[in-house]
Amino acid sequence: MSSGPAVVEAGVVVLGAGPGGYAAAFRAADLGLDVTLIDPEPEPGGVCLFRGCIPSKALLHQAALIDEAAAAAERGIAFGRPEIDLARLRAWKDGVVQTLTRGLGQLAKSRGVRRMHGRGAFLDRDLLEVTTEEGGWSRLRFQHCIVATGSRPAVVPGLDTDSPLVMNSTEALELPDAPGRLLVVGGGYIGLELATVYAALGSKVTVVEMTDGLLPGVDRDLVRVLAKRLGQRLEAVLLGTKVAKLTLEADRCRVALEGGAGSPEQTFDRVLVAVGRRPNASGLGLKHTAVTLDERGFVVVDAQRRTAERGIFAIGDVAGEPMLAHKATHEGLVAAEAVAGRPVAFEPAAIPAVVYTDPEIAWCGLTEARAKREGRAVQVGRFPWAASGRALTLGRGDGLTKLLVDPDSRRVLGAGIVGHGAGELIAEVVHAIEMGAVAEDLALTIHPHPTLSETVMEAAEVALGQAVHIYAPATRRGAGGTEG
Amino acid sequence: MSKTFTLPALGEGIDFATVVELFVKPGDTIAEEQAIMSLETDKAQFELPSTMAGTIERVLVAVGDDVAIGQAVLAIAESGAPAAAPPPDAAETPQAAAEKAVPPAPAGPVAPGPALEKVKTPPRPPPPATNAAPEPPAAPAREERSPDAPRPGGSVAAAPSVRRLARELGVRLEDVAASLGSARVTASDVEAFKRSGGVRPAAEPPPVAGLLQPQPLPDFSRWGEIEIEDMSKIRRKTAENMARAWIEIPTVTHHDEADITKLERLRKRYAPRVKEAGGNLTWTAILLNVLAGALKRFPKLNASVDMAGHRIIYKKYVHIGVAVDTERGLLVPVIRDVDEKNVVELAKALHEMSEAARSRNITPEMMQGATFTITNLGGIGGVAFNPIVNPPQVAILGVSRSSTRPVWRDEKFEPRQILPLAVSYDHRIIDGAEAARFLRWVCEALEEPFLLDLEGQ
Repeated sequence: MSSGPAVVEAGVVVLGAGPGGYAAAFRAADLGLDVTLIDPEPEPGGVCLFRGCIPSKALLHQAALIDEAAAAAERGIAFGRPEIDLARLRAWKDGVVQTLTRGLGQLAKSRGVRRMHGRGAFLDRDLLEVTTEEGGWSRLRFQHCIVATGSRPAVVPGLDTDSPLVMNSTEALELPDAPGRLLVVGGGYIGLELATVYAALGSKVTVVEMTDGLLPGVDRDLVRVLAKRLGQRLEAVLLGTKVAKLTLEADRCRVALEGGAGSPEQTFDRVLVAVGRRPNASGLGLKHTAVTLDERGFVVVDAQRRTAERGIFAIGDVAGEPMLAHKATHEGLVAAEAVAGRPVAFEPAAIPAVVYTDPEIAWCGLTEARAKREGRAVQVGRFPWAASGRALTLGRGDGLTKLLVDPDSRRVLGAGIVGHGAGELIAEVVHAIEMGAVAEDLALTIHPHPTLSETVMEAAEVALGQAVHIYAPATRRGAGGTEG
Repeated sequence: MSKTFTLPALGEGIDFATVVELFVKPGDTIAEEQAIMSLETDKAQFELPSTMAGTIERVLVAVGDDVAIGQAVLAIAESGAPAAAPPPDAAETPQAAAEKAVPPAPAGPVAPGPALEKVKTPPRPPPPATNAAPEPPAAPAREERSPDAPRPGGSVAAAPSVRRLARELGVRLEDVAASLGSARVTASDVEAFKRSGGVRPAAEPPPVAGLLQPQPLPDFSRWGEIEIEDMSKIRRKTAENMARAWIEIPTVTHHDEADITKLERLRKRYAPRVKEAGGNLTWTAILLNVLAGALKRFPKLNASVDMAGHRIIYKKYVHIGVAVDTERGLLVPVIRDVDEKNVVELAKALHEMSEAARSRNITPEMMQGATFTITNLGGIGGVAFNPIVNPPQVAILGVSRSSTRPVWRDEKFEPRQILPLAVSYDHRIIDGAEAARFLRWVCEALEEPFLLDLEGQ
């Protein structure tokens, strides 16, 4: 073969520089391996930093600020109407992203990680072709490859148009404007987070969700608290509803809705489609390897994140649910250490999930829904935030902390929290589950007063039958607790 | 793109198996049901049949590997497989539209099991473009779908650092927990377990604390040449079970003798007929038939004892384990529903089971569920021995070598063929008189086969 470019020998090649890929690359470099990190973006960060977690949280914090300022009027502090300069907000958000991603680039450089700006595709089980953003191409013969190509927004047939009026989550985070009326298709976490941002910026937001509840899969008692507040913030939340037809006009979208209680024909200034994400396993040349995919398109991996091809690993969104950055990072570290020959495995006892709406919802480990489905007996300790001093000083009694406890061993099995800052609180319970803690361990740990973290301690006390700030005589609950 | 053949479930309580021998290599074409490798668990060694057909692209395990249930074993290019779901690599091809239109699997638990089968399902036709497809569920609702969804509250409570340490030291946390008699394991527990040689505890829970802790051995090489051999899994399991039975079960052995002169004549006469049917009319086959009758009449010997619940569990079925001496050690395949088979059928079943055990083609399932055991050393010799009960069974019949002896009958000595029998039993639920009556009934049935029809079943 004389036509091909020269083949470069490489040690570990990481395909994709999101939170999974860059963590894997950094750890592999720290373990003394030769590392090449391939990503089309100029800096590491991936979807999470450029088009996901970070920009959305930057915007959500401003949304919270606007809401907080408005709520302060009831407490005697009035700010007047906020003046929103979208261009400055956008620039500030982009600045945050730039600071973080440049920092990552610097970290990669300090570690001697070789970086290529392009996309890789397998030609063989140990050969990768890289097409760079500058138009060049080269071939790498690797000893190990870690596939961390992530995921992309799912598309809905009929709503997959190039029109700027129909956005996916990436485009919505660019913050083109604050449309007068916005339709959000999908009541999952991405749809609800962006609905929250746009509502705070002044848009009248309608959310349509095909199933009969927001955040499918999340315990209903948590969702109820959020749904109540969303009901006040959004123009409408239409459940059991889908978009039957979308007609684009010059600067508006005419939408026909099917099912549910909403008016069937409505007009919106923009539509945001947020119906989940799909793994990026296509176009990688995996057919030239023994790597296998499952029926949903995820790469099949073992406990070390090794694929059916011994030299190829896969981590993060492309390797399966849950599609969460922190899961990807942890997998990346496991895969890098496995490559270095360490006998590690991805074996978390719990993976936390956070929905950054207002209020936030966070959970980890066993959920009540799953306990019920598996017929597993659990004891549930619920502590409503109306009984938390800290929650009331924040003006946010709308919250709930619950713990799921094994009725025999008292081991903490799971937690669900809804309320202001729930995402920060959940980490304590994840740690408790990882340590195999029992409910007494949480109840006997002194928590600072007054903080929201006390609600975790008190939920443990409730599970044990005696909490200081709530009167709940000890009861043993059966399978699935007493939801509702 | 190839399919993966994963290690299927091998039986209750079996999490992994060790590869003993590989029968296939890349490039081989295999058929369904074809044996691809020999595996060993702590219960058995057996050949694993493929459930897929095709050409082997890669063998993903090596001899000596411990393979977990569900782990990928072979990458196979399927032969003659129908067009599969849109290949994932086809996203930029005309099939892309179809792929995009296929809604993802609905929310809800999806077993991590035979995903490969599902791949063969043809893609659903795309819905009409004007009618938007159902929205796939948004990303949450996912934890339970992951094949390795975390299992909060797994059987052992150990911090992540301890779990990692155990992996590095090659120690199973379940073993450490069992040795401690505690579900909570610390780093120092793991290190101590490793220092002690990582010996798996013989009993769970330990019947008498410390009794089964292995004692340190002297350095035997001080007194001469030695050779050290690792116990096979079967030997380890047998050692553990026997030690536990010895400690837990108050065992009594009752001996008796059966005059089989008359039956031996019948056995010889009918042996050719049974041979034609594909079995050997051995004493074990005849004894199985007699035992079925005896166990129906004396159900306690077919029972189990539940000390925790203070109960006796009677079984309405008769499955008898038959001890088979193989070159790898003792194996006990189980003949099912002995009470529903005649002697010819039993002889056949026995022949097949022994062959399977000796040719290593025996699966763990074939050795589970016995209610009683028979062990026949008559082929080797000896006048008597005391077998050990194999819990959770409560009794076992030992058969020694028959011999022709002078017997005082009708005022004179007569040469009679005598078969020595022994029944060892669990004195917790079986009393001496009952065991004696049981064995006498067996002896009389052998002496007067008509008794079986008269009093059996």
